[in-house]
Amino acid sequence: MDFIVAGFIKAIELLIGGDSSTWTAVFATLKVSTCSMLLSIGTGLPCGFLLGYFDFKGKKHLRTILDTMLALPTVFIGLTVYAFISRQGPLGELGLLFTLTGIAIGQTILAFPIVTAITASTIENIDRDLKLTLVTLGAGKRHIVATCLWEVRYGILAAAVTAYGRVLTEVGISMMVGGNIKYHTRTITTAIALETNKGLFADGIALGLVLITIAFIVNLSLSFLRKQ
Amino acid sequence: MSRKINFTGILAIIFTIILTIGTQAQSKSLMMATTTSTDNTGLLEYLIPHFEQETGINLKWTATGTGKALKLGQNCDVDVLLVHAPPAEKKYIAKGYGKDRRQVMYNDFVIIGPENDPAGIKGKNISDAFTTITNKQAVFMSRGDDSGTNKKEKLLWKNAGIQLPDKEKWYVQTGQGMLATINIAQERDGYTMTDRGTYIKYQSTKGGNAPLKILVEGDAILLNQYSVLTLDPKNCPNAKYDLALKFSDWMASQNAQNLIKDFRLLGQKLFIPNAK
Repeated sequence: MDFIVAGFIKAIELLIGGDSSTWTAVFATLKVSTCSMLLSIGTGLPCGFLLGYFDFKGKKHLRTILDTMLALPTVFIGLTVYAFISRQGPLGELGLLFTLTGIAIGQTILAFPIVTAITASTIENIDRDLKLTLVTLGAGKRHIVATCLWEVRYGILAAAVTAYGRVLTEVGISMMVGGNIKYHTRTITTAIALETNKGLFADGIALGLVLITIAFIVNLSLSFLRKQ
Repeated sequence: MSRKINFTGILAIIFTIILTIGTQAQSKSLMMATTTSTDNTGLLEYLIPHFEQETGINLKWTATGTGKALKLGQNCDVDVLLVHAPPAEKKYIAKGYGKDRRQVMYNDFVIIGPENDPAGIKGKNISDAFTTITNKQAVFMSRGDDSGTNKKEKLLWKNAGIQLPDKEKWYVQTGQGMLATINIAQERDGYTMTDRGTYIKYQSTKGGNAPLKILVEGDAILLNQYSVLTLDPKNCPNAKYDLALKFSDWMASQNAQNLIKDFRLLGQKLFIPNAK
């Protein structure tokens, strides 16, 4: 029990005391997860829109594949990205292994199906009459698309929050692709894994609390956005 | 009220962010793969700032088992190695992956276990200890990750004339780093083999009074030699051979050797410098 209490105290000490290794891990985490969230929204939003808006042959199969991708294990994504960006791999020349960019690529692959699936579902759930009404009112195609997107803005926000939550908390990709390098690619989750391995549970719990605090702040600011 | 969602704009922002992240790599930086013991003990964190200050080279490292570290070097994913498996290292150079090997420091392996020593191995020689553990089917934690420690442990089973108890219930392969494996051994009241440096670190995290004690030590075969390996430029033309050589030279320098000698926890030396 002691180390749980000690963890709480330590968390406050680390954050207020400005412990450099904690803060660099916090910034690395924020940087990489924000980047991968934006990337997954940039790619997943259009794909989800196309998938939800249009009816086409093979749509059902595509949805099945997408749903399977929702269950992709992070270690498998980590391994695949590793194989591609290792010097011996096809993208080895770019030197992305052991960088935050490498982690961001893996996390984007993780978040892309989440964003796509949620966007597609929300678009599908738009009132069918809305489209019809807009057509009758003589709206242009562009206008219809824009209105639909505006109607599902909360759904998109939900997709962003879910994607952020997923990439913020994953450890497999960060560990395998990033290599857990102190002051560079050590994120909060890989730091927790390391501290636990070293038997320093209080430090691990402290970092866990830091992570929860970040998640809380992100959700708080997004729900503030919703009220606007 | 038409709201245009400008995807091109969003993508431009995203790529700018990626580029700023990607271009942080400095030209004078060196990437090293090393074993968990040099990292877990805190040695590198103590040593490397001195290296960076004296040479202006930024050194980053990833801590993994020696087996994987060698593999990372073979794939040219790192520039230099700090490892501890001399037979494997010599083979590595012979195969054309490694170039220069410089011995820099050593400590020794010890067998640790619960203080009450349920199998009764205390004070025995290493082969007898392994035979006793096998006969009593006492719980033994193996790294099981082809690390330097794991390679040595496998050799010791062979020397004791025992087939590797790979599938035995009492032989637990953790697949994790040294300190993690010691902690698992503590939870399971089992025996394990560790380098002395990591053991002292473990003792100090437990405030000097750790439940697992050293039971077997002192055999000549338990010597644990650490070396810096540079990669053969023929195999890895992109690896920073010059900087790797500088690191190797620095580790063998009088200054670094003194720093290693002064690195202590609980008043004990973790590594003993022995560069020639």
